[in-house]
Amino acid sequence: MHPAPSVIIFTTLSGLGFGLLTFLGLGLPDVTGWTAFWFFVIGYVLAVGGLSASAFHLGHPERALKAFTQWKTSWLSREAVTSVAALLTMALYGAGLVFFDTAWQPLGWIGAALSLLTVFTTSMIYTQMKTVPRWHMVWTPAHFLTLSLAGGALLAGQAFASIFLLLLAGMTTVAMWIIGDTRFARSGTDMATATGLGRIGTVKAFEPPHTGTNYLLREFVHVVGRKHGRKLRLIAGLLAFVVPILLMLLLVTHVTAALAILSHVAGVFAARWLFFAEAEHVVGLYYGKR
Amino acid sequence: MAQPELNLSPKVSDEVRKTTCYMCACRCGINVHMKDGPDGKKRVAYIEGNRDHPVNKGVLCAKGSAGIMQVNAPSRLRAPLKRVGERGSGEFEEISWDEAYAIAEGWLRPIRETDPSKLAFFTGRDQSQSFTSFWAQNFGTPNYAAHGGFCSVNMAAAGIYTMGGAFWEFGQPDWDHTKLFLLFGVAEDHDSNPIKMGLGKIKARGAKVIGVNPIRSGYNAIADEWVGITPGTDGLFILSLVHCLMKAGRIDLDYLARWTNAPVLVDKDTGLILRDGDGKELVIDRVTGEPTAFDKPGVRPDLSATHPDGHKPVLHLMAERYLSDDYAPEAVAGRCGIPAPRIRAIASELARVAFEESFELPIKWTDFRGETHETMTARPVSMHAMRGISAHANGFQTCRALHVLQILLGTVEAPGGFRFKPPYPKPSRIHPKPHCKVTPGEPLDGPHLGFVHGPEDLALREDGSPARIDKAYTWENPMSAHGLMHMVISNAHAGDPYKIDTLFMYMANMSWNSSMNTTGTMKMLTDKDENGDYVIPHIIYSDAYSSEMVAYADLILPDTTYLERHDCISLLDRPICEADAAADAIRWPVVEPDRDVKGFQSALCDLGARLGLPGFVNEDGSQRYADYGDYITNHIRRPGIGPLAGWRGNGESHGRGEANPNQIDRYIENGGFFVAHIPEGAEYMKPWNAAYQDWAVEIGLYDTVQPYLFTLYVEPMQKFRRAAEGHGPIQPPDHLRDQVARNMDPLPFWSDPAPANLAADYPITALTQRPMAMYHSWGSQNAWLRQLHGHNPLYVPTKLMRDHGLKDGDWARVTSRHGEITVPVMEMAALNENTVWTWNAIGKRKGAWALDKDAPEATKGFLLNHLIHELLPSKGDGHRWSNSDPITGQAAWFDLKVRLEKVPAPAESKPSLPPIKSPVGKGPKDLAWKVGQ
Amino acid sequence: MTQLPAQTQKKLGLVIDLDTCVGCHACVISCKGWNTENYGAPLSDQDAYGANPSGTFLNRVHSYSVQPLATSAKPHPAAQTIHFPKSCLHCEDAPCVTVCPTGASYKRTEDGIVLVNESDCIGCGLCAWACPYGARELDAAEGVMKKCTLCVDRIYNENLPEVDRTPACVRTCPAGARHFGDFADPESNVSRLTAERGGLDLMPEQGTKPVNKYLPPRPKDEMPEFDVLAPYLEPVAENPGGFIGWLDRALEKL
Ligand SMILES: Nc1nc2c(c(=O)[nH]1)N[C@H]1C(S)=C(S)[C@@H](COP(=O)(O)OP(=O)(O)OC[C@H]3O[C@@H](n4cnc5c(=O)[nH]c(N)nc54)[C@H](O)[C@@H]3O)O[C@H]1N2
Ligand SMILES: Nc1nc2c(c(=O)[nH]1)N[C@H]1C(S)=C(S)[C@@H](COP(=O)(O)OP(=O)(O)OC[C@H]3O[C@@H](n4cnc5c(=O)[nH]c(N)nc54)[C@H](O)[C@@H]3O)O[C@H]1N2
Ligand code: SF4
Ligand code: SF4
Ligand code: SF4
Ligand code: SF4
Ligand code: SF4
Ligand SMILES: [Mo]
Repeated sequence: MHPAPSVIIFTTLSGLGFGLLTFLGLGLPDVTGWTAFWFFVIGYVLAVGGLSASAFHLGHPERALKAFTQWKTSWLSREAVTSVAALLTMALYGAGLVFFDTAWQPLGWIGAALSLLTVFTTSMIYTQMKTVPRWHMVWTPAHFLTLSLAGGALLAGQAFASIFLLLLAGMTTVAMWIIGDTRFARSGTDMATATGLGRIGTVKAFEPPHTGTNYLLREFVHVVGRKHGRKLRLIAGLLAFVVPILLMLLLVTHVTAALAILSHVAGVFAARWLFFAEAEHVVGLYYGKR
Repeated sequence: MAQPELNLSPKVSDEVRKTTCYMCACRCGINVHMKDGPDGKKRVAYIEGNRDHPVNKGVLCAKGSAGIMQVNAPSRLRAPLKRVGERGSGEFEEISWDEAYAIAEGWLRPIRETDPSKLAFFTGRDQSQSFTSFWAQNFGTPNYAAHGGFCSVNMAAAGIYTMGGAFWEFGQPDWDHTKLFLLFGVAEDHDSNPIKMGLGKIKARGAKVIGVNPIRSGYNAIADEWVGITPGTDGLFILSLVHCLMKAGRIDLDYLARWTNAPVLVDKDTGLILRDGDGKELVIDRVTGEPTAFDKPGVRPDLSATHPDGHKPVLHLMAERYLSDDYAPEAVAGRCGIPAPRIRAIASELARVAFEESFELPIKWTDFRGETHETMTARPVSMHAMRGISAHANGFQTCRALHVLQILLGTVEAPGGFRFKPPYPKPSRIHPKPHCKVTPGEPLDGPHLGFVHGPEDLALREDGSPARIDKAYTWENPMSAHGLMHMVISNAHAGDPYKIDTLFMYMANMSWNSSMNTTGTMKMLTDKDENGDYVIPHIIYSDAYSSEMVAYADLILPDTTYLERHDCISLLDRPICEADAAADAIRWPVVEPDRDVKGFQSALCDLGARLGLPGFVNEDGSQRYADYGDYITNHIRRPGIGPLAGWRGNGESHGRGEANPNQIDRYIENGGFFVAHIPEGAEYMKPWNAAYQDWAVEIGLYDTVQPYLFTLYVEPMQKFRRAAEGHGPIQPPDHLRDQVARNMDPLPFWSDPAPANLAADYPITALTQRPMAMYHSWGSQNAWLRQLHGHNPLYVPTKLMRDHGLKDGDWARVTSRHGEITVPVMEMAALNENTVWTWNAIGKRKGAWALDKDAPEATKGFLLNHLIHELLPSKGDGHRWSNSDPITGQAAWFDLKVRLEKVPAPAESKPSLPPIKSPVGKGPKDLAWKVGQ
Repeated sequence: MTQLPAQTQKKLGLVIDLDTCVGCHACVISCKGWNTENYGAPLSDQDAYGANPSGTFLNRVHSYSVQPLATSAKPHPAAQTIHFPKSCLHCEDAPCVTVCPTGASYKRTEDGIVLVNESDCIGCGLCAWACPYGARELDAAEGVMKKCTLCVDRIYNENLPEVDRTPACVRTCPAGARHFGDFADPESNVSRLTAERGGLDLMPEQGTKPVNKYLPPRPKDEMPEFDVLAPYLEPVAENPGGFIGWLDRALEKL
């Protein structure tokens, strides 16, 4: 899949933002007033910023409101609905904290749940894609959710939780990578089923339908060298999980926490890049490419 | 939410105009849907096939549907151009038509008055040859031909000499009845939609297709059996099939005896045909045992008996030759790359289908001897072949061999076999003979092109030197029925046989894809003599688009696109007939040109009048034809016969009749074409069928009935051969004696073209194929088509990929005895293991066709032509031996032999030539083309 | 809207005959022509005359090379080339429809045609992600999703003569390799062809239940090869003399 910056930014930032909002909704850290205000600002900037980045890859962002209509079937629509619901609920809850020094806790819990649900809906946009076998498994939502929680914990300054969650996220991520590597082969989709010609013999792409490029090739066919992929996974794993965990284990100061966050965010970006770049869409088979 | 309401019946267009496609030479009927554009003018909105049209019956190929992108192509020329820079630079100035005519007249008038042969007028993909040749004839130059010589003259000439017609425009398989179809060396062909429709019919019935082709793509991909033959060996393979069939007696004796010259007696001393006092071929009558004229009513030609004096029938000579073990499958298998059992299996299948699956059609008919037959016997084996067998130096004899095979099986004109399209069948003897007598200031003594029947018909001057600049109809290639366009530039540059003054070309991209030795050709076109003058002093060219050739002319006459002009696809020329019908068609201006351009034929009407050419002026010297539309309507070729056959006279007579001023309107009303169906009972066995012959006379195809025998044995060839052996007053030069004696064999034989192309050093054959969605060089200016074929890899078989350490996307240097190119390669498994190939004419010169100079056509695409030379390697005897068939002069494109070598990827394919300046600028960046709202 | 109809009245679609398709691209261009001028936004082209041309097409023709496995009877089977046109298959369980957040993508209840209502489309591209077949292309000029409409603006169009109420690609296919009809009707041309020739689904494991069916190529290169003499080649003569003798006898029988 084409690793479009807009989707990478979107999923990374909104994951972090909703992760932070989840913690804020749970009252972790237990803040009010200006402190709460700044926490919420960070949460909203990340979540809303991420969401609006996603609008960049729309052909018609001005029609974005229509995307709220199909929650019965569409995970993207559900994401739209839950994200707005989460943001509104958390806004109310946050208003209580900032302006009234009050935690309307049930609202916070609902907001937290909605935030997490938003992350889940995001993950389901990818998970539902049978066409991308690497994504089409439970490890995808597990990865999205744990990562969001880990990032949220880091941002929320939840040192202990963050170590635990980073570990968990690291594990789901590694599991996602390793299991993901086998998914295409196990999906049952190959040149033979794509063309229906398998019963004659071994099928190879000969001439493509056009010598020029097209939308499909741009969007779905992105070949990352295997070696390159391994190296990037290592970097992503180090930055997103190992470094932050070490920093958080070492000693928690504002500086180390900030470094941990920066490292984590950089690592998540790398992991997200890989999430797309390594994902192979079955349509590539028609072009003899994956 | 409810489903949206759709308008399921939107208006399709404001008007439909029916004309004829010219995105290629197949000439399908099209419905051009017009809508009002933003400026209120009608514009082309959508093109689809015309369901009523005899050629395509509604279907349309990719090129046809993409016509809309041709008509709005940014590469269209906009006004006459006068060269202002050096030749080849592409620097021009737009001028008026008056100035253009004045320049042309300034060059042409003096040579017409002194020596008309100083004009060489050659037209490429011309479909108005009866008109352009008429112009050239009136000018008086012998130097006229169209592109047939480098295209497929072997196929056409072999067919006409053997059976009075060939494939493509001359005939077609009986798609409705055939049960086994053999296709030799065809990637696409001219009859492109009809062949696809025919294949579709065969496939729908589940009948069998055998594809003989080194490359398995396109039609050969759907063939049930693929015979991946070694290029250049089809003649051997076919004659081996002949061997098997003759040996097993699986030939149609009744057919051979009645309709062919198999029983005709050959003089044992001269090899000429025995004839009676009236010149009629003699056969031995099985009833009387006497030598008798072949067409005597009641005669039963005997295939077996020998003349008392020892003269044998043709079939005996064939038995003596083809029953030889030299043609046994085991003897040819290695050379052809086809296992002997497979050859036998194919021969067996031919025999089985032709004779065991035969059936009778209940068609009662009377033959030319007056005998009536209650039925027609089907031989449901059909064949089609094209350039894969014709574009070799042994092509003429290979094409002959194929026709002989068809005839031995009794399939030609039999139901289920191969059927001629009117005006064919037409025996070679009733075609004109070539004319070349030049008189200053006067027309030529007759038509340029035709069919020779002996040395006396050659186009030689008094001193025996070639009369024509292309050396057509000389001892080098006596039966060059279509001329040799590919030799014109080279001969003119060499001044051999003489120098010319003006080269006038139309619709042929001679500085690019239609020339061999492309770089050399560009040099010849730009070479200067010691005085600093161009060796070829003047070049006039007509194109519609900014092709590579434009840059090499001094004066450009910009043509319209095919939707902007009158054309006629005439029975006098290359009509659109089908096996069931005679038909012709027109084009008419369905859109008005928005530029200062003119239909080329109309320009010739103007220019002819300015030069005072007899056919183009009235008695009082005024212009005779205002434009081509006027010519089409009013020209009379023979009494009652004009360019168009339909609605003549008062509009009621067809075929023959006076000119009808409303004729073109009648064509437009009828969808742009005219069809005259062959009457019932006359659809098959046409050369011998009295009903057909009478009908052909009635509609003006012949002036008298012309029944004839198929000529398995071609006597005119023997006449040339005898001359080479020293008989007769007209003698070949000594250096050509052997060649003539060897090649002018009246029975087909096979010769190996490989040694002359140094196959020992260059062991791999390199071929090109037509892509179905591109027409030569024209397609690349088309925004839609160029996305399909924007560059062309060299396809290399798996074995050669492995041997050369190549993988997809690598680059290879390809070397021939003449030059080298460096190109990207791609593996192809379904390919003869010693053959490489690429799509033809995808590579483009930078700056041409209004494309960006970085267009992939120029940076990754390539032409194979750089590797092919118009001459064979020198034999050190001081003669220029052309890379052509020694019988017809057909360019031997497919004899090319090369070597491969893996090289690091260069920045661009090589040779990379400097860009030419575009006389029309560049195209727009993006397109979102929609005429309607 | 993005809920799939439980059932459609008709199941319109195409049968594509891989035994007959010669790979000519006629269907590709006629589709481009019709759909540029008709339904919705024109199919645009970028860098149309430039170095990297690219454009929107709703139907494209691939070609594949297939190497049959060697058997003892055929130790060196020849590779085959197969041309393979591909457009939207109008799946019964169209994943492209259910993922659409706006309802722009839908499957018509009357005939099962899968369409994009361009005025509702936000150009998110998700439906193209969901389609396993690459049947949807986002138009770069218009920013909306384009796909095969099964020529919904032709097949019922009362401004067209009845014979022409068929998709542009079907009408134009010179080889007759494309067939249009109603798969819900077991007697329709498409249902019968599918039954007779073993029409198959692409990527059945994706669970999309495509409506369009592909007729597999018929077996190739099956002609038996005979070691010594093919059955119809029993010699009548070994040499020219014998042949002429045979001629005489054979002519007697005529
Ligand atoms: N390597 C290789 N080379 C080959 C062949 C091959 O098989 N292999 N095949 C050979 C054969 S058979 C042929 S026929 C030739 C074909 O070669 P060409 O005859 O050169 O073919 P085209 O590219 O069709 O070029 C014809 C010219 O006509 C122009 N043209 C198009 N439409 C019009 C019009 O309406 N009016 C005018 N005035 N001009 C127009 C085009 O712009 C183009 O410049 O190529 C030959 N060259
Ligand atoms: N779409 C499209 N149609 C065209 C044209 C075009 O440019 N585009 N050009 C038109 C013109 S001018 C012409 S002349 C015709 C030509 O039509 P075709 O005769 O079909 O011409 P080519 O494409 O050159 O195909 C030649 C075929 O012969 C095969 N071949 C080569 N050598 C041998 C051999 O030794 N033996 C056998 N058995 N096969 C061999 C090649 O593999 C190739 O498949 O097409 C016409 N139609
Ligand atoms: S075959 Fe195609 S390009 Fe040629 S005339 Fe017919 S529709 Fe036009
Ligand atoms: S038009 Fe027909 S034959 Fe040509 S590519 Fe399309 S389906 Fe195949
Ligand atoms: S082929 Fe693709 S676009 Fe068409 S209905 Fe099926 S999933 Fe949707
Ligand atoms: S691109 Fe348009 S049709 Fe496709 S899912 Fe997005 S909104 Fe729906
Ligand atoms: S049915 Fe219509 S829209 Fe679909 S591929 Fe065919 S021509 Fe294109
Ligand atoms: Mo040609």
